[in-house]
Amino acid sequence: MAIFLNENSKVIVQGMTGSEGMKHTTRMLASGTNIVGGVNPRKAGETVTIEGTDIPVFGSVGEAMEKTGADVSVLFVPPAFTKAAAIEAVDAGIGLAIVITEGVPVHDTAEFRAYAEAKGTTRIIGPNCPGIISPGKSNAGIIPADITKAGRVGLVSKSGTLTYQMMYELRDFGFSSAVGIGGDPIIGTTHIDALQAFQDDPETDAIVMIGEIGGDAEERAAAYIKDNVTKPVVGYVAGFTAPEGKTMGHAGAIVSGSSGTAQAKKEALEAVGVKVGKTPSETAALMREILQGS
Amino acid sequence: MDLMEYQAKELFAKHNVPVTVGTVITKAEDAAAAAEANGGRVVVKAQVKIGGRGKAGGVKLAADPQEAVAKAEEILGMDIKGHTVHRVLIAPAADIAEEYYFSFLVDRANRNYLCISSIEGGVEIEVTAVENPDAVAKISIDPQTGVDDAKAAEIVTATRFPAEVADQAKDLIKKLWDVFIKEDATLVEVNPLVKLADGSLEALDGKVSLDGNAEFRHEDHAAFELTEDEDPLELEAKEKDLNYVKLDGSVGIIGNGAGLVMSTLDVVAYAGEKHGGVKPANFLDIGGGASAEVMANGLHIILGDQQVKSVFVNVFGGITACDAVANGIVGALNTLGDEANKPLVVRLDGNNVEEGRRILNEANHPLVTLVDTMDGAADKAAELAHAGA
Repeated sequence: MAIFLNENSKVIVQGMTGSEGMKHTTRMLASGTNIVGGVNPRKAGETVTIEGTDIPVFGSVGEAMEKTGADVSVLFVPPAFTKAAAIEAVDAGIGLAIVITEGVPVHDTAEFRAYAEAKGTTRIIGPNCPGIISPGKSNAGIIPADITKAGRVGLVSKSGTLTYQMMYELRDFGFSSAVGIGGDPIIGTTHIDALQAFQDDPETDAIVMIGEIGGDAEERAAAYIKDNVTKPVVGYVAGFTAPEGKTMGHAGAIVSGSSGTAQAKKEALEAVGVKVGKTPSETAALMREILQGS
Repeated sequence: MDLMEYQAKELFAKHNVPVTVGTVITKAEDAAAAAEANGGRVVVKAQVKIGGRGKAGGVKLAADPQEAVAKAEEILGMDIKGHTVHRVLIAPAADIAEEYYFSFLVDRANRNYLCISSIEGGVEIEVTAVENPDAVAKISIDPQTGVDDAKAAEIVTATRFPAEVADQAKDLIKKLWDVFIKEDATLVEVNPLVKLADGSLEALDGKVSLDGNAEFRHEDHAAFELTEDEDPLELEAKEKDLNYVKLDGSVGIIGNGAGLVMSTLDVVAYAGEKHGGVKPANFLDIGGGASAEVMANGLHIILGDQQVKSVFVNVFGGITACDAVANGIVGALNTLGDEANKPLVVRLDGNNVEEGRRILNEANHPLVTLVDTMDGAADKAAELAHAGA
């Protein structure tokens, strides 16, 4: 099962022929992802061979879907062209579009996200995210596949490296899916979306949720957990020491006035029974207790 | 990037929002000519990127050019909540009949845009929202359709703008929307938006935040960056394309990935509780490729901070391999030579970690301590910072 991405997923890469696209397509292939094509209108009809695998390049997402049955697209398109590429993916009706690109203007994201929602056929993950991995099944994005193995923990995180850190800390248990939803102010898939999917996934027993300063997504997730999630959830929030008014790396990671603080997020999660670790290691230890106790 | 009032007003003027920009000066003696040019009776306003400057004494009325000089002298150099006033805006004193509030912003929670408006302006909107919530209108805006005539009319009705200004308000709202969208702003706020004695509307103040991610399509926005207001280390880091935020502790931090670095700051602060309360000195995300050059640039910035007593390098090798990071550290220490004079605690994990640790052990640099876990390394870095203080 896993969430959003599984062994049957057929993946195309928009922007595959660029340097980031090539590098990560190679890595995805090496981790067993079924990459069925790339998209680049200027190189349509060509074939790219990556470590012995021939990958056809199509002129559009629609053509790629028609010829290959692709249902997932990973976008490595530069920020200036991301909106157009995402809208193309939505127009083609692909089920999942994962926008890895960092630095997309927030107005562009607002627009293509609203567009995807209105069409109702495409789930967007990102932008500015590492993507999603369902270990042993498929890997769409830039998450290193060899950190962990398949297992029964679900992970949702705003941060890439904290995703990797947590996958590493709990590598002996393994993960059903780990999804990096990105640290931008507006994102396609939220903590709540992932929590809901993990709750519904019979292959997931427990959930780790990683948040950070900025916005109120964690508070909203806490409210959602209270009413909808029966599986154990362990949380971690980064940015307790972040000063007010400073963007901490991620475009969305900013404490504005008294809102968006790590403390408020931690309290909201704890109020609904989520155990929140002070450090990534302590968070992993809390999850370990739950898994070993059950 | 947050703009100052006069910069926001320049953008308003560009999009035909009714506004009187006034004259910006940096020396008090220039206030007389500026006041003369703005009608004699003027308001002298501190230009700082922080709210509450009126209460802090940063906004003063001057009856004539001589008084404008006196007020400018008082305000220039003033400290407003940690912000030094380097400029004042001299603007004509307006004859105000009514004050309203208006803003457009990115609504993170609903992932669209929000208009907040009120016919009770001139005070903090947060205060109005608490004391008189019925006076605050919140109108959600679909990013696909934006603010057209119908939406502008809806906003005017929801705000309950008086009938005599309704048409003007509608027009002004559409122009502010142009500022919001065409300039890639994440916030456009006018407080107060005023009705003058002659019945016309004018943006008497302005607050605009621009989206840094959209700089590639706004070359003119670079001119809004005022370098003398920035921390010199932050400025130098920006020039080297490093993601650095100066804090006021003594443990320098280098890591990869925004989330991991934020987490590292927290872990160091916790560890510091046991070591004299030492705190992190900075946020520095070196991103994916931790080459010797990037590492050397990062260390150079951090060691340039005189408060730093120890440095914690915390890297999880995801895409980046730990051996490359280890080589980066060794190379950076060679490049820096004598400049590297503070103990370095290094924690490496993930991709190729054994090789990375082997490289550092072999280099056996006197300043470097290798610790296996993030919590353990934070503790060591805090201990060293405390000992070095």
